[in-house]
This record gives sequence, structure tokens and C-alpha cells, in this order.
Amino acid sequence: MNWPETFGISWSAIRSHGLRSVLTVLGILIGIAAVILTVGLGLGTQKDVSAQISSLGSNLLIVSPGSATSTTGIRGGFGTSSTLTLADAEALATSVSTPDIKGVAAEKTSQLALTAGTANWTTSVTGVTPSWLSVRARTLSSGAFITNAENTNSSAVVVLGSQTATELFGSQNVVGQTVTINSKTFTVIGVLASVGSTTTSNLDDVAIVPMSTEANELVGGTSSATVSTVYIEAKSAAQLSAAYQEADTMLLNLHGITSAASADFTISSQDALVSTATSVYRTLTVLLTGIAGLSLLVGGIGVMNIMLVSVTERTKEIGLRKALGAPPWAIRRQFLVEAAILGLSGGLLGAVLGVAAALVLPGVIGSSVVVSPGAVFLSIGVAIAIGVTFGVYPATRAAALAPIDALRTE
Amino acid sequence: MVNNTIEISGEPRRARSGRGPEPRHAIELIGAGKTYRSGSIEFEALKGIDLTIDVGEYVAVMGPSGSGKSTIMNILGCLDTLTKGEYHLGGDDVDDLDEIELAAIRNEQIGFVFQGFNLMPALSAWRNVEVGMMYARVPKEERKVRAQRALERVGLGNRLENRPGELSGGQQQRVAVARALVGEPTIILADEPTGNLDSVSTADVLSLFDELHEAGRTIVLITHELEVAQRARRIVWVRDGEILRDEVNAA
Repeated sequence: MNWPETFGISWSAIRSHGLRSVLTVLGILIGIAAVILTVGLGLGTQKDVSAQISSLGSNLLIVSPGSATSTTGIRGGFGTSSTLTLADAEALATSVSTPDIKGVAAEKTSQLALTAGTANWTTSVTGVTPSWLSVRARTLSSGAFITNAENTNSSAVVVLGSQTATELFGSQNVVGQTVTINSKTFTVIGVLASVGSTTTSNLDDVAIVPMSTEANELVGGTSSATVSTVYIEAKSAAQLSAAYQEADTMLLNLHGITSAASADFTISSQDALVSTATSVYRTLTVLLTGIAGLSLLVGGIGVMNIMLVSVTERTKEIGLRKALGAPPWAIRRQFLVEAAILGLSGGLLGAVLGVAAALVLPGVIGSSVVVSPGAVFLSIGVAIAIGVTFGVYPATRAAALAPIDALRTE
Repeated sequence: MVNNTIEISGEPRRARSGRGPEPRHAIELIGAGKTYRSGSIEFEALKGIDLTIDVGEYVAVMGPSGSGKSTIMNILGCLDTLTKGEYHLGGDDVDDLDEIELAAIRNEQIGFVFQGFNLMPALSAWRNVEVGMMYARVPKEERKVRAQRALERVGLGNRLENRPGELSGGQQQRVAVARALVGEPTIILADEPTGNLDSVSTADVLSLFDELHEAGRTIVLITHELEVAQRARRIVWVRDGEILRDEVNAA
């Protein structure tokens, strides 16, 4: 009995129990598709997050009010405390003791309603200094950005994100139009070029106003001098850690804090954000893949179950084949091949389903799915291995049947 | 109906190199005993029998159930081994062979015909006939030709592609006989071959055996029916694990 003949026999045995074989294959199929998809989704999300964080700007340090330690997480009122001020940002930008800092951009954000004609739109109205554009690596699609003069004069001018412009005016040609914020009329002087959204904020849905305008005209009160975030751009990637040290020292001095442990601000770098996010998603991926792997294991047990049924059901056939001169190894091989075919079919169909889902899913959930050919081939290999592994015991049992006992079965 | 026009070759055994002339004895049991053990209980199914069957003989092993004829069938068919004595099949000593060697002996030297036909329902007639040759590594084209010839020999030349379910009981048993013939075995071992057949099919199958005997085949028929046994040229009567009588059948 050569290999093609063995395959022929196994194939016809599988075909003669169509529904049962399909259900068995389904177990493997779902497992393989789940593994391909979860791994792909995990890798895709990691890629997305890295790309989004990088899109914030290059060589960037982010200073937030409140403190966080590296291991125990956030301490104090992160985001709510108002320990960072515009003066801090100015000091960081201008001091001689911060030679590695190229630019500083403070942001002061509040959610406000914008009105243009009859259109209403609530967005993040962000007060910034003119350096913001270069520090955040943004560009304008039309018009001009806020000037120093406008910032000094608390001018009623606004630069809109591309989405905000569309929402309010239905077009991008809006320079010169006016919008009303907090019953004050602002002139649109520019529109930002689109960069897409991050997981936490939509970078295209913003309204940028001069910092002084935001502080004096829109927010006012006691919190007028505080800022939400300060972005620091280092002169180069190599100078990032030096810039970090300088900013840290300076802010501790300005705030009169002697111990770094009790700092009332947090400086994080893009790299740190990327690696944190990546490690979170990696953990998630491992977890999900583990669950998918479990379903694969269950599929394997399904194969074993069906093969045992198949052996029991075909005891008489096995006896007959032995009487006709089949050596034990030929019987074992026949059942192993049968199990391997089930595994392979499940693997192939699972890979097809997984890849198809990976193509469709990004359009549905908006997250990319990265499927590497290596992962696909590996999972098909795993599927065959599962078939064979779980087929060994039933096949051995079949091969060990005594021909007389097997023939006697009715 | 059996096709009488097909010539059936006279001497079924091909010359085997290195073993000298063809053995005259197809089967030789010498002091053959078989004891089954189940826990502490021992049962002596075969009590040291001597039996010689020559090439070309048509022998019926006859006895009631429990007489030991099934044990003889299993021993002769190399499906089981003796616990005492010797068994020579076609000149080979088949005692002390392992499972793989026994499989090869069954494949080359024995053509089984079972009471329940034991055909594979998913396979067509000729595919059922070729199964043994697959294990003997006979090339595919040759297998088909030989399976076809064997089916023509039993009168089923027009039923090659039919599955067992599409054939009558008698036809199914003839497919099984074709399967037994096709490997040119030393003996054809038929275990109650007519047990599941009506009288017409029984006559049909038995006349096929007559014909094979005429053509020089060695046939051993295990049965408990006297009418069936009487078709053989020699009847070996078995009872309680011993040979009671061994007589030439005058009829």
C-alpha cells in the first residue's frame, strides 16, 4: 500500500461520513481562524498605536500636571490639578539652562460649543502659542497660523481642524468666515491639514485659538494661568534624554520641590508611550491567542473523538483488511493519514477564513489586522500536527486490533 | 450465473524461488492444539489434531458449533496461532511468526470467504477485489486487470462498478470469492460461505466452488450444514476439539 493509495482510502473514508467530517474540520477551522485573526489584530493594533503616538510629533516630551511614578501609576489629580502654568512653558522655552530643548508648546484645552450660522459643533477648543504648529509637527491646508501679535493681543482668531471645518461649514474653504464661541465672534484664519485620529483624541477635530485668548476670553477665572499639557521638542532624538533632565530639573526648581519623588508633574516621552502601549497590546494579544489556542486544542480533541468513533465503527473493516494481509503499520498509517487530512482541511479552510476576516475586519472595526504569510503557514502546520497528534492513539488502537476479534464484530 | 467459458488456470501456486519443488501438501497440522486462557479458566479448543490437505483437494470441515471448527478456521487462516504442535502452510512453517509476517502469509497464501461476505460497502466490486493486492504492492494497472478477470471468472464481469449494496447476496458472495481467488493463494478458506444465502444463491456459490475445484484450486470449507459439506470431495468431522472421522465423500 503506497502513499497515494493510503490517501485514497482515507479520503473515501472521510467522504463517506460527510457531515461528521465537516463538523470535525469545523473545530480545527475555527481554532486556526481565531489564532490567525487574534494575532493579526494584536499586531495591527500595536502598529496603529505606534503610528498614532508617533504622529503627535517627533522627539517629543509631554509634560502633564499631576504626578505618576514609574511603577505604581498615577498619583494625585492627574489632569485635574492645575500645577502647570504658562510661565512654566515660557521658562522652558527661553531659559539658557535648557540647551537641548528646541521648542515648547503649551496647550490649554476646554470643551466648548462652536456656532457658525445654524451649525453647532462641540469640540476641544485649545489655546496654544505660535510654536505649537512646529512642535506638534502640524501643517496648514489653507490660511495662516496664530502669530505672536495675535497671541499677545488676545485676538479673536481661530484655526480649525479639517473635520471641524467640515462639520461647521460643510467645506474646507472657510478662511475669513466667522464662528461664535462662548458668544464671542472669532475669525477663521486657517485650517489644519488632516492627520487622522488617535485612540484617545481626534486630531482633526480641534479649534485652535491663541493661548491668551483662551485664558482671558474663554476660560478666565483662577485657572486662566494654568495649562493642560506642555509639549517639549528636543533638538534631536539623541538629545531627548538630556532635554528630559533639563525640563525635570527646571520644573522642580520653578515649583520649589526638592524631592523628585514628590513632583507635581509628569514628563513622558513618546518612546515610553509607545512601549507602554505596545506592551499592553502585546499582553492582550498573548491572552487572546491563548484563548484561540485553547479552541484549537478543543478542535484537536474533536479530531481524536471522531477518529475513535471511526475506529470503533470500522472494526470489522480493520479486521477484514488484516485478514487480507494488511500489516499493522498500514492500518496505523491509514488512520493517521485520515486524521492528518482532517487537520489539514481545517488548517487550510481556517487560514482562508482568517485571512478573509483580516481583509474585511479593518473596514468594519477600523483597526488594522496584520497577517504575515509565516503565521498562516505556521498555523496550517500546527493544524496538521494537531490532526496527527490526536490521531496517534486511535490509529494505534486500530492497528493493535486482533483480526479474529475484529472480524467477529457485527 | 457462472461464466463457464472463462478458462481457470490449473495450478494456482506460482513457482517460488529457493524453496525447491512445489509442496504436495497445502496444509499440514501436526499435533495441533489450542488452549484459550481467560483468567484462571483454561479451555482446550483443539486437542492435538493431525490433518493433512493436499494441493487441489476440496475438503469440508464439518461439525456443530463449539466443536472447534472455528478454531481450526482461525488457525488455518493464520488469524490465530497454535499453543501446541506445528502448522505448515504451502511448505512454510507458520508457527512463531510475528504479526507482520503473518499478515504477509495471509496475503499471499490464503483466500478468505466469510459468512457475512465482508465487503466494503463504499467500494465498487472490483475495488473490493483489489484490496489484498494493494497490500501485496501489485501495480495499479495490473490490479485492475486481475480484479476484472477474477470477477469475470465468478460471472460478474458486468458488475465491476457496482457497490455491494447494489448486488444480491449471492452476487456479493461471488465478489468475495473473486477477492479470495485473485491473489492466487495456496488455499481458499471458506467459513460458512452459504450461511447468509437463500437456497438458490447457495447452489450458485457451491457450484462456483465445484468449478474452482475442477480447475485445481485447493478449497477448505468450514460448515455445520451436511448438504453443504457433501459437495466437498472429503469431509473431516470435528467434535469437541478432535477429529471424529475423516472420509472421502462418495457423492
